Amino acid sequence: MMNLSRSVALISLFLLPLLTFSFSVDNPTDRRVLVLLDDLSLKSSHSIFFSTLKSRGFDLDFKLAEDSKLALQRYGQYVYDGLIIFAPSTERFGGSLDSKSIADFVDSGRDLILSADTSASDLIRGIALECGVDFDEDSSAMVIDHSSFSVSDVDGDHTLIAADGLVKSHAILGKTKIEAPVLFRGVAHSLNPTNNLVLKVLSASPSAYSANPSSKLSSPPQLTGSAISLVSVMQARNNARVVISGSLQLFSDRLFRSGVQKAGSPNKYEKSGNQQFVTELSKWVFHERGHLKAGSLVHHRVGETDEPAIYRIKDDLEFSVEILEWSGKSWEPYVADDVQVQFYMMSPYVLKTLSTDKKGLYHTSFKVPDVYGVFQFKVEYEKLGYTTLSLSKQIPVRPYRHNEYERFIPTAYPYYGACFTTMAGFFVFSFVYLYHK
Amino acid sequence: MAAVESLPPGTPSAMRNAFGTVLSALILVLIGVLAFSIRLFSVIKYESVIHEFDPYFNYRVTQFLSKNGIYEFWNWFDDRTWYPLGRVIGGTVYPGLTLTAGTIWWVLNAINIPLSVETVCVFTAPVFSAFASWATYLLTKEVKGSGAGLAAAALLAMVPSYISRSVAGSYDNEAVAIFALIFTFYLYIKTLNTGSLFYATLNAIAYFYMVCSWGGYTFIINLIPMHVLLCIVTGRYSPRLYIAYAPLVVLGTLLAALVPVVGFNAVLTSEHFASFLVFIIIHVVALVYYIKGILTPKMFKVAVTLVVSIGLVVCLIVVAVLVALVASSPTGGWSGRSLSLLDPTYASKYIPIIASVSEHQPPTWPSYFMDINVLAFLVPAGIIACFSPLSDASSFVVLYIVMSVYFSGVMVRLMLVLAPAACIMSGIALSQAFDVFTGSIKYQLSSKSKDDAEDNTSTKNAPKDDASSGKADKGEEVAKERLSKKGKKKEREPAEKPSVKSKIVKKKALVLPLEASIVALLLLIMLGAFYVIHCVWAAAEAYSAPSIVLTSQSHDGLHVFDDFRESYAWLSHNTDVDDKVASWWDYGYQTTAMANRTVIVDNNTWNNTHIATVGTAMSSPEKAAWEIFNSLDVKYVLVVFGGVIGYPSDDINKFLWMVRIGGGEFPHIKEADYLRDGQYRIDSEATPTMLNCLMYKLCYYRFVETDGKGYDRVRRTEIGKKHFKLTHFEEVFTSHHWMVRIYKLKPQKNRIRGRVKKLKQKTSSGVSSKSVKKNPWM
Repeated sequence: MMNLSRSVALISLFLLPLLTFSFSVDNPTDRRVLVLLDDLSLKSSHSIFFSTLKSRGFDLDFKLAEDSKLALQRYGQYVYDGLIIFAPSTERFGGSLDSKSIADFVDSGRDLILSADTSASDLIRGIALECGVDFDEDSSAMVIDHSSFSVSDVDGDHTLIAADGLVKSHAILGKTKIEAPVLFRGVAHSLNPTNNLVLKVLSASPSAYSANPSSKLSSPPQLTGSAISLVSVMQARNNARVVISGSLQLFSDRLFRSGVQKAGSPNKYEKSGNQQFVTELSKWVFHERGHLKAGSLVHHRVGETDEPAIYRIKDDLEFSVEILEWSGKSWEPYVADDVQVQFYMMSPYVLKTLSTDKKGLYHTSFKVPDVYGVFQFKVEYEKLGYTTLSLSKQIPVRPYRHNEYERFIPTAYPYYGACFTTMAGFFVFSFVYLYHK
Repeated sequence: MAAVESLPPGTPSAMRNAFGTVLSALILVLIGVLAFSIRLFSVIKYESVIHEFDPYFNYRVTQFLSKNGIYEFWNWFDDRTWYPLGRVIGGTVYPGLTLTAGTIWWVLNAINIPLSVETVCVFTAPVFSAFASWATYLLTKEVKGSGAGLAAAALLAMVPSYISRSVAGSYDNEAVAIFALIFTFYLYIKTLNTGSLFYATLNAIAYFYMVCSWGGYTFIINLIPMHVLLCIVTGRYSPRLYIAYAPLVVLGTLLAALVPVVGFNAVLTSEHFASFLVFIIIHVVALVYYIKGILTPKMFKVAVTLVVSIGLVVCLIVVAVLVALVASSPTGGWSGRSLSLLDPTYASKYIPIIASVSEHQPPTWPSYFMDINVLAFLVPAGIIACFSPLSDASSFVVLYIVMSVYFSGVMVRLMLVLAPAACIMSGIALSQAFDVFTGSIKYQLSSKSKDDAEDNTSTKNAPKDDASSGKADKGEEVAKERLSKKGKKKEREPAEKPSVKSKIVKKKALVLPLEASIVALLLLIMLGAFYVIHCVWAAAEAYSAPSIVLTSQSHDGLHVFDDFRESYAWLSHNTDVDDKVASWWDYGYQTTAMANRTVIVDNNTWNNTHIATVGTAMSSPEKAAWEIFNSLDVKYVLVVFGGVIGYPSDDINKFLWMVRIGGGEFPHIKEADYLRDGQYRIDSEATPTMLNCLMYKLCYYRFVETDGKGYDRVRRTEIGKKHFKLTHFEEVFTSHHWMVRIYKLKPQKNRIRGRVKKLKQKTSSGVSSKSVKKNPWM
């Protein structure tokens, strides 16, 4: 048993360099990406998007969605770190791929960009559903907006939307603001408001609705206004990231290059915001940004350096944790003023905001509450766009030892006095009683 | 032996007494060996292991003590039980047993006898039952002479009720507490008989040991004041009584307050108030006797009226204050267990957690026959014997038996307190009966041989009888002394002669016909033999099972069910050290001791809310239970299930208590939801709440795969819901006979799915363009 585990450890030691070459804890950016297309012409029609990915060092592997040799795993190991599905009409994937294996791929901590389009297949809808995104049931419906359409929309059915309802998050969309509206033509989807893992990145304006543009509306549309999400992201509990877009055209060279002017707005932009939007989003989804890593939780009594096995009530302690952010190439200190630590036993007894030294180290000090039990240091950091940090460390807190109490209590001095005078008095009394006369 | 000392050496009777002393010492040694060896059946039939539930905790504490020393033990904060509250073991445990076994282990190791802690723990109880029988001898000797003492000791050595709690491996508080109890009573009686302050101090120390050992010490501190009060009321007050009582209360209370688990309770709770009240009364009485001695009767009457009128006022005020104080606490200052003693229906009404323990239930009639057997018939005879003549000591044992019979009727566990009293009484009865029968046989034989029996009755009697009759004489004298102290001096002279005469008359009256005596003697011996047979059977068959290993005898041989240890071993080998295991509290001690895993609740039921939380989780549907357990950081859930092999004390049978205890704190759990027309059932008639609760699901998950029908051999029915899947739990371990099943909480889903139903109903409001590929250049 011992030997076996030792040899396993040894083997993994040799394998370590090989493993770290790709996606790992230390280097969270994806490297090998499988791109599934339902038409190889997409490769050239969306070439700008792909070439920016390539220029950032991604190793793209283009496959037709119906390719019978499709496989995400080989010998039980995933051979890709990321997956881009630009095959909205595919009814069935070739090879061993199906909606469940894609869900497993995400559950293993890998990332996915999924683009649907009008009349997306059940398969694509199914994958989106697994990620908590509900596309409009009506397969021929599109997002229509009669007030914030793009003026370049020549068809006149107002399905080319100039959307600017972007989520305000530097982590997801980068620090430079996207000025130009993003052009979108495609299908609407909605999110369950109780689902805290999914997030609208690009939402429709209040005047949008989802309907079939070629037929008359017989009943009020089911999806309307800002309930409609155009592009959503999902960050799973294991920090796998998924981008789901209702439009494949969003990524296309044509919309990247086209100018945009929102109806009713005087501002005219030479270039739409699509390229910036898509590029920044792809940086986020492939963990080039917004990926946090925390070192272990360090705590000790004030004035000591070693971590004790147990605290006593009312001890003063110091707590620190290091948090780093992945910049795409290296780990940089993460600077924020909202990281909190809980000293937790069924409910937080101490909740403190940590102060940072700007070098990634967060620290605070506090007094252990006057309650004994098994406590936990908990750092639960959930910030929009960043990976979730959930760290906890168990530490028992004991009551005073029998010799740690005050030996004499000042308020009790009258009682001590009474006690001793009684004893002395009794002694004197006995003496007098026994030996008097 | 007092009789030996009083006689000059060299006389034949002194020789006989010396022989008697040696003989009784030998008998006592044999009784000790008997007491020890009759408790070894469990080791021989099974193995040298710790039994049941509580002993495992004591064993774990002893291990800690032997490893870390007494100061660490005193300050031990245990973070592996009652997660996340923890438990201050040093301050909540009665340390007597642990310290005793720890000391034994330390001494043995110091003299190079390398025994393991477990071995010492296993054999502590048998050793102390030998001590207990010797203490019984001493106590009974003080009451009725050494003949009765030997008989009582022999009876106690093998009384089944005591065996049930002190077989080898039953390492529980009661193992040493019964010895401490009897020994304290012995020292009390000894002090009462001798009036020696030395014994009074020893008595306080023995009481301290009892307080250290068992919560049952309150029995002592209520029984002795009761006896003192009885003595005062019946006019038996004497300075000896004062010496026996007052130092005990003062020293005993001080010492008791030193035990961390008792602490200020020794002066604050109602259990102890009786002793303080009697302490005051005895002082008042002592004062009255003193004043009576120095005043003339007339002055005394004046003083009495004065004191009584003032005293009444003061008393009323004090009583009013006390009543107000006591009434201000919700339980009237009594702990729940004590209240359920006074009012047997209290626990079932208000505290389900106390009522749920089987040993807190009232016993059934057969259990009396099982546990004390023929003693039940001998006790009344013993009581009668105690009344002829009634001394301070014999009135004490009478009071003891009366109180313990009442308490044993309330709680089956207190049968253990009854057993020594019953043994003492039966020992007295047997010894007196033997005295009478052998005496009359001897008298008849000697009168047949025309000897002059009248003069030599006492010398010709057996040594036993000699001792006891000497004792009786002494008792008489004591009684006379007391009469004299009442100050009625003129009655003294006439009182002496009638008593001597009445004694002679009594002796004659006790002479029975020869044949009747022989037959009665044989019957008595048969009775004793029957008792011995029963005791050995009880020790070998009924009370030796360690309950962690079960056996069953069937047509194809002996089956051993070692599932408990199998699963605890699984836990300790396959789970992380800091993982938390949730189970019903019965298995808490074993899990921490055997698997070394943190538990949520255990057999020390100190936090009702915590237990109710676990009870609620067990009675909730899967999702709610998962949330409760997850909030407690639970990783594994352990259930005990006897449906496959027919093990009746499993979790399904305990389940209603979980519902009741859970419902007591969380009202959304209602007992009625789990019962169909007031009946608890798990078959197809069971309520949906029952069939969907976690306990049902964890017990019966995949159960149908065992026999294809899902026939539960404990409930003798087919289960109601046979095929189901678990959504929030996954089975990780099921022991060989399915007795223990361990489940792991599934982690939270990595993703949250969207609305599923929408995918199915596809509405198409336009042209279907399913397979139309769009032009990507568009």
